[in-house]
Amino acid sequence: MAQYAVLIYAHDSAHAPDATPADIETCDRHSDELTESGSMVAAYALTPRDMATSVRADAITDGPFIDSKEVVAGFYVIEAPDLDAALAIARTNPVIADGGGVEIRPIHSSFVSDSQSAG
Amino acid sequence: MTDARAVETAIADAHRREWARVLAATVRVARDLDLAEECVQEAYASAMRMWVSAGIPDNPAAWLTTTAKRRAIDAIRRDTALRSRLPLLVEPETADEVPIGDATEEAEDRCAIVPDERLRLIFTCCHPALAQEAQVALTLRLLCGVPTADIARAFLVAEPAMAARITRAKRKISTTRIPYRVPAAADLPERLRSVLAVVHLLFTTGYTAPSGPSLVRADLVDRAMHLARMLRELMPDDTEVRGLHALLLVTDARRATRVGADGRLARLKEQDRSRWDRAALAHAHDLIVGCLRAAPPGRYVLQAAIASLYAQAPSFDQTDWPQIVALYDRLLEVWPSPVVALNRAVPLAMVAGPEAALAEIEKLKQDGRLSGYQYLHAVEADLLSRAGRITEAADAYRQAFDLAANEAERAFLAEQIADHHATPA
Repeated sequence: MAQYAVLIYAHDSAHAPDATPADIETCDRHSDELTESGSMVAAYALTPRDMATSVRADAITDGPFIDSKEVVAGFYVIEAPDLDAALAIARTNPVIADGGGVEIRPIHSSFVSDSQSAG
Repeated sequence: MTDARAVETAIADAHRREWARVLAATVRVARDLDLAEECVQEAYASAMRMWVSAGIPDNPAAWLTTTAKRRAIDAIRRDTALRSRLPLLVEPETADEVPIGDATEEAEDRCAIVPDERLRLIFTCCHPALAQEAQVALTLRLLCGVPTADIARAFLVAEPAMAARITRAKRKISTTRIPYRVPAAADLPERLRSVLAVVHLLFTTGYTAPSGPSLVRADLVDRAMHLARMLRELMPDDTEVRGLHALLLVTDARRATRVGADGRLARLKEQDRSRWDRAALAHAHDLIVGCLRAAPPGRYVLQAAIASLYAQAPSFDQTDWPQIVALYDRLLEVWPSPVVALNRAVPLAMVAGPEAALAEIEKLKQDGRLSGYQYLHAVEADLLSRAGRITEAADAYRQAFDLAANEAERAFLAEQIADHHATPA
């Protein structure tokens, strides 16, 4: 088995600071499905693009690093035996039917501190 | 002792015909593309020595496979840790792994019945996670055994750049774990599309070299033909596989007449139909008829049917233009490409006149996707010329000339420009 990161590209993240459960219901349902199937390793939902701040050598600017129609709305890590299996899982992400898409990248290595948690 | 010349011939033959089979079987054992390639190359090299002394084996592919697999097993035993393994997702195949030792007859017999692994290899090389240029390079390298230097030359790329492209693709296969496997039935149509596209691209690149002095690069055409035949052998029931083979057969049947003795490009209506390869055309025709009966035709079957219909006419004037336009309409349904719409304009002009076809060209110009496509301007120029709009035709020929890179095509277009300037409007 190998681990793959799935980066979610959407017009924006549904996870606004004041998002209601209804706003993020689709995301939650998909996340639950992957967790139940045993392929989900970790998941991070990001706040919308308005909350993003970018840092370059010469300046700090408001907004995502790359100015584009889509932003990375979140990412998660799945476990799969090979790329085809990972693509099959990634393909079920609801963002794809909603005008967005996902990018799959094999994980090289990872570290998560035991003492910190985003909740 | 066997005559060295006979051995050389046998090895060249086995290289051309059996490379893919030998490599594909070796990848299964080596679980690494580079290691498998090294082992297969060594097997071919040792065949030169062994066959001279022991005679040419009855089944050269089996001998080469046994030898290559044994080298792979040796190498794996030497260093297990360093190789990045392909995920195979099949039961470990111990039954036909050859024990270390002499190439006994028994081992050869066992290898003679190894399952054909070539489909796994081609689906891995043409995986959509790889860029198409990488798919093409890997297919030539791994399925046809073409040296990197030759691939670089065929695509007009410096050899180090081509080597880097191949290395990068192999690294992506192992890092992202692209499986060495024929896709599941549900994914097969989509995955097969990229395989067929690679074979078709190889053929068209060879058939009309995008630049350079010679119109046809015969070796690429031959490699594409070889791959199309191989796919048909491996997937005999797939109509698009048969359709692609038929398309290549029909197109290639006209190869000898596309360029005149003086190296000039000959248009379809100027080509000497008596020199077309009638046997190939008949073979393709049978394939197409079978495909059309079997299933709703896909892109390649329809393209083949169109090419075949063009070729069947006893003369250019006797071409069944309405039927060709009807086939183009169906092709546009399954493959809505502006290039198809452009090609449809040509028979449409024969049915409905050049002005009707020019109206279609105008739509394509508005669409914009083909603005840098030389054939849009070349077709428009020809239609304008036939409509008597000579000055406009000369301008359109000039636009096509500016975009063309193939010398034979440039010469043809230059001549058209001159002709249309000479004719009073």
